[in-house]
Amino acid sequence: MTRPFDIRHYRGFFAVTCACLVILYAPLIIVMIYSFNDSASITNWGGVSLRWYVDVFTGPDSEKFKLAAWNSLSIAVMAATVSTTIATAAAIGMIRGGQFKGKSASFALISLPIMVPEIVTAVATLIFFSTIGFKLGTLSILVAHIVFCIPFAYLPISARLQGIEASFEEAAQDLYASRWATFRYVLMPIMGPGILSGFLLAFIISLDDFIITNFIKGAGVETLPTAIFGSVKQGIKPNIMALSTLLLMFSICLVTLSYFIGKRGEANPPPQT
Amino acid sequence: MAAGTGSGKTISATFSPVRHWLLMPSWLVIGFFLLIPVVLMLIYSFLTKEFRGGVIWDFSLAAYDQFIFDRGLFGDDPPRIEWAYISIFLRSIGQAMGATVLCLLIGFPTAYFIATRPAKTRAIWLFLVTIPYWVNLLIRTVSMKFLIRDNGPLNEAMLGLGLIDAPLQLINTNFAVQLGLFYSYLPFMVLPIYASVERYNFAFSEAAADLYAPKWTILRRIVLPIVKPGIIAGCILVFVPSLGAFLAPDLLGGAKTFMIGSLIEEQFKGNAGNWPFGAAASMILLSMVLIVLMFYARAQSRDQT
Amino acid sequence: MTPAISLSQVRKDFGKFIALSDVTFDISDNEFFTLLGPSGCGKTTLLRLIAGFEDTSAGTIHLYGEEIENLPPDKRPVNTVFQNYALFPHMNVAQNIGFALKMLGWSTDEITSRVDEMIDMVRLGEFAHRKPSQLSGGQQQRVALARAMAPRPKVLLLDEPLSALDLKLRQQMRGELKTLQRETGITFIFVTHDQEEALSMSDRIAVMSAGKLQQIGSPNEIYEFPANRFVADFIGETNLIDASVTQVSGRRVTCKLADGETITALAHQDLQIGAAGIVSVRPESLSVTPTAPMGQSLTGTLGDAVYLGTDTQFTVHLDQSLELKVRMQNGVTDGAKLTAGDPVFVSIADGAARFLVD
Repeated sequence: MTRPFDIRHYRGFFAVTCACLVILYAPLIIVMIYSFNDSASITNWGGVSLRWYVDVFTGPDSEKFKLAAWNSLSIAVMAATVSTTIATAAAIGMIRGGQFKGKSASFALISLPIMVPEIVTAVATLIFFSTIGFKLGTLSILVAHIVFCIPFAYLPISARLQGIEASFEEAAQDLYASRWATFRYVLMPIMGPGILSGFLLAFIISLDDFIITNFIKGAGVETLPTAIFGSVKQGIKPNIMALSTLLLMFSICLVTLSYFIGKRGEANPPPQT
Repeated sequence: MAAGTGSGKTISATFSPVRHWLLMPSWLVIGFFLLIPVVLMLIYSFLTKEFRGGVIWDFSLAAYDQFIFDRGLFGDDPPRIEWAYISIFLRSIGQAMGATVLCLLIGFPTAYFIATRPAKTRAIWLFLVTIPYWVNLLIRTVSMKFLIRDNGPLNEAMLGLGLIDAPLQLINTNFAVQLGLFYSYLPFMVLPIYASVERYNFAFSEAAADLYAPKWTILRRIVLPIVKPGIIAGCILVFVPSLGAFLAPDLLGGAKTFMIGSLIEEQFKGNAGNWPFGAAASMILLSMVLIVLMFYARAQSRDQT
Repeated sequence: MTPAISLSQVRKDFGKFIALSDVTFDISDNEFFTLLGPSGCGKTTLLRLIAGFEDTSAGTIHLYGEEIENLPPDKRPVNTVFQNYALFPHMNVAQNIGFALKMLGWSTDEITSRVDEMIDMVRLGEFAHRKPSQLSGGQQQRVALARAMAPRPKVLLLDEPLSALDLKLRQQMRGELKTLQRETGITFIFVTHDQEEALSMSDRIAVMSAGKLQQIGSPNEIYEFPANRFVADFIGETNLIDASVTQVSGRRVTCKLADGETITALAHQDLQIGAAGIVSVRPESLSVTPTAPMGQSLTGTLGDAVYLGTDTQFTVHLDQSLELKVRMQNGVTDGAKLTAGDPVFVSIADGAARFLVD
């Protein structure tokens, strides 16, 4: 198919791409396969079974996992909701606020959580909470996640907003819509896909976070990542592989979802008038 | 026809009267819960340590001093240069650079290959590269640990194929950490490079070929300089998190290959740590990252002018 | 009678860039008024000031006697047809047209009947439930018009509304717009850079350049009596020749060209002998003949001839630096007999030359 003199084609790049995908997927696929291993040993193959999946839900660790999953999900939903709301307002202020003093400072502040290494954010937050005497627990995790998720939600939202011409809002205001009505009836529906992908990204980031959560979770509170980490510290157990596979599937579902939202966004690109 | 100001560039200002109200929540939340904490961390790095974790509010340079000098158990020996912490930082930089180079070597051809696929298959390739980006980093690192452990599938397979006679010691080595960092951040390299190659106009390549440039020369002299912003962005996205990585060194490197992330974490674990020292290490890490980002910002603004 | 719009000393700066300065004029009720000028001349900025999308840097704007420059756009009873329509992509035709009425708090019944009325007016009955993306350019244009006219604005602002349409449709829409304006009696302020559009539709035209008003007048006045070099050059084609006045009789002046020949021209104002300026003559008021005609004529050498279908355009060199463009209808004169290099005579139609003070 590819002509040998095709100017775009370089020999070997296809092989490197395949190698890249093998590297990215091999560990995940092997863990998936071993999660169906019937044997209690993680080394020997004892046939296919769902034994360890059953164990995740009913085994000795199941209560811990269920609680951790509940914590993870509820924190992720709340953190993503709050940070998406804050990020949407910020994106409108930045991109539709005209030129103003402190605009680049505002942008730097919004991107700060991405620029600061996670472990530094973790240390700083721990020091802050312990200095003001804030009790470590679910609430401290939630606050830290909200901060951390804002720039991740901000990026897709502001990208979408930048692609929307301001004439839609001007038209709405020209047609007697107040600023709130302009947002509610015109801007938000057009920004929709951006807001949704911002929310999903924030949700995943919160769900995946280990380092910050590990620092400020306080005693007794676990999220799924910290629970898995704690368990892996004592060696990889088969039920962890089953749990990991479940989480993996969950992530893949979310990517697929966001992929289709993106597709729909492409079908309705930010209208270029 | 440029609608609007006539000065060429229109800055939309439909919400400018309320912009401060719109920006206020982000200013407050990030300012209060991240900016102030970082400043507090800076202050902590100049305080005296409390032996059960936490600090005593006395000014001290001990945390920074401890990085460079060894003053003996009771702090009254003549200072000798202490290489332990310096070498941890140097090793972290080396590991991060190594991971960046590896990611670039694999990531560039991959990104280029995907960007030159026809639109339909391109989406599928891109989707395949994106999935690991969204999968929990902890799970990916644990999977790597499972794969390369002493009697793990990789060693078994190599034994089975007769490539090696005895299991290779991979886990708990510098190599394992390098592999883990590379594996963790590879998608971060592919995606920005892909984005810039996708925007690349292949008419440039055709023009170069028309002007007698051989293919690999075209890649080196035309494509690479034009997609450079994407490559630099990818390198930063790999280098910065690698530098402060915690999971890969901790799970794959074991105790032997200490990196900055683990060093910092240790200072805050339980009651054994040294908070000012951890804060100082964090400050040094943060400064290094900010220097890298500053260079990046400068390079970017230079490219634009 | 109170003017529909009254601009006084209006100025607009964008940073150091002066987009508009010292703009003062009135637009009458029920007028089809056009702002004409090249891109970047400030005409769109002026429209946006009237709509309220930008704030004036100085000066006042009155709408039927009421000062409006402190009102936000949603409080001004003027509506805009945007250059690219800005139809809301997530609403169908009827929802787009009814949007303003909903914002104004009309009842559902009132909205429905007004929307139906507007849809009939722009003949889009069968498309009421389509989304803008499912309409052709001309249909979108009609929706945009209907949407802006639905709330019965006192003044309708149109920002190059025809520029996105193809030539045929554009010509057809000119007629429709003019009819619509006459039937509704709404004051139209129309922005364009297309002189043909401006000349064919407007009651009055304001020519703008570099943020300044150059001339206001009826299409005929603008074309026949341009106020200055810019207007003469921008509207239609013209020959501009440096000249100085040698004789004055009322508004009729005799002036000397650089090569020593003389032309009689009409001036705008009273002039003194010796005044310097330029003479503007439209190519279509000139004709070329191989022999000396009756009356005033200039002598020169024929340059190239360009065939343009109905016309032929000749270049005539009066001397080394001076050349004239002459446009003659084919068939009327036997232009084909002339060949490049021939000595020729150029005659000027009576009263066609204008003397402009620079």
